[in-house]
Amino acid sequence: MRRLWVAITVLIALTLTGCGYNALQSTDEQIKSSWADVVNQFQRRADLIPNLVNTVKGFAAQEKDVLLGVTNARAKVGSIQATPELLNNPEAFAKFQAAQRELSGTLARLLVVSENYPQLKSDANFRALQAQLEGTENSITLARDRYITAVQQYNVTVRAFPSNLTAMAFGYKTKPNFTVDNEKEISTAPKVDFAPVPSKPQVDAQGATR
Amino acid sequence: MAMSRYMARAVFLAFTLCWPFMAPAQVPVPPLSGRVTDQTATFTTEQKAVLEQTLQAFEARKGTQLAVLIVPTTAPETIEQYAIRVAELWKLGRKKVDDGAILLVAKNDRAVRIEVGYGLEGVLNDAISNRIISERITPRFTQGDFNGGVSAGVDQIIRAVDGEPLPQPNRTPVAGIGNIQQYVPVIFILAMVMGGLLRSILGRFPGALVTGGAVAVVAWLFAGAVSIGLVAGVLALFFTLLGGGMGGHGGGFGTGGFGGRGGGGFSGGGGGFGGGGATGRW
Repeated sequence: MRRLWVAITVLIALTLTGCGYNALQSTDEQIKSSWADVVNQFQRRADLIPNLVNTVKGFAAQEKDVLLGVTNARAKVGSIQATPELLNNPEAFAKFQAAQRELSGTLARLLVVSENYPQLKSDANFRALQAQLEGTENSITLARDRYITAVQQYNVTVRAFPSNLTAMAFGYKTKPNFTVDNEKEISTAPKVDFAPVPSKPQVDAQGATR
Repeated sequence: MAMSRYMARAVFLAFTLCWPFMAPAQVPVPPLSGRVTDQTATFTTEQKAVLEQTLQAFEARKGTQLAVLIVPTTAPETIEQYAIRVAELWKLGRKKVDDGAILLVAKNDRAVRIEVGYGLEGVLNDAISNRIISERITPRFTQGDFNGGVSAGVDQIIRAVDGEPLPQPNRTPVAGIGNIQQYVPVIFILAMVMGGLLRSILGRFPGALVTGGAVAVVAWLFAGAVSIGLVAGVLALFFTLLGGGMGGHGGGFGTGGFGGRGGGGFSGGGGGFGGGGATGRW
């Protein structure tokens, strides 16, 4: 009988499902892999930018402000190391998010400006780059969505009973999540204005241009 | 009593009032029944058969799973959001190879999208997908030639994928060692019941040996990998050796529903999608 108890204890120790330790491990890994995908897609976008800027420059060199804005935003994004440790630091995470948001904004402006140059718009190289950029924005949206879901699952595990006790014992803390890019803009009513001001690029909740 | 009746009325009223304000439901993803799913009756039976034939022949030759889906509309979602939901549900493409692709047409939205699995993103990248749509598909769609547009698009996708070296089709998938977890309960029950019986008949060590061997064979058959069978056998051996007196408790136990892979029909192989592809409008 004693041996049976030993066997059962060993089995419970093996599975450890009761206290949520395994759930913590698997959700934590899920976050890491989905974060890797987010970084990967952001990197892909950043890699497209030098080519894009050069192509636009060939047709619309006078749009210096916009081109410079994109280049600077890209440099800022490149200076932030998107390591997994970033996820445990809400401040660094917010900074990373802000840099990517700025890049999204400047890119949207660049695409709006390029509408004014028919030759640029019909250039095969530019069209390929634009398609890649659109595809990347879509992949970023999806990767972000998956990351948000992964963090949500992890955070629920960390905070729900009884797995929160395990989380406390092993030092697992909730992780920061992505927030809506333009929270302030959404919460204020849009102003309709017919003055001939160059239109501001529309950035939707996911930060992607449509 | 009267109280509960009022409560019921209040609940009913709340539901009725809430009803109009509920968010519009998403368009459901149709179940995967064939390679061509047409919800708008755009294709004739013959056209559909030809298209299915092309896609089936391609899968037999290359292993890549392609599918065509035509829906009236994807509203309130964008075509991108709907496409990824379809992709996540259908899981086209082989597992680990992720070589699936979907050509989605939202007819009334006048939108078309090629959704590309991870494994094909290299050869069917966003720029190429975009060109297939804008050069092959939408010009024909503008003229109302939907069959021509879809066929031309599929042909071009096949041509693009042919440039990618992929593993041979019909390779039996090798189950990973990570699947062992899902067999643990089965092994445990087997070892407990059978081991207890055999031990009381044969004695401690021979009984454990026989149990271990039997469990190994059964696990091997289920999992399809020798390594899993061996691990399961060793586990069962130890369970039986350590286990207490369970003899005489032997009872009938049925093997649960291990649904076999049904022949015929068409089902996704478990491929993953990451939002690659392109969207076009006409």
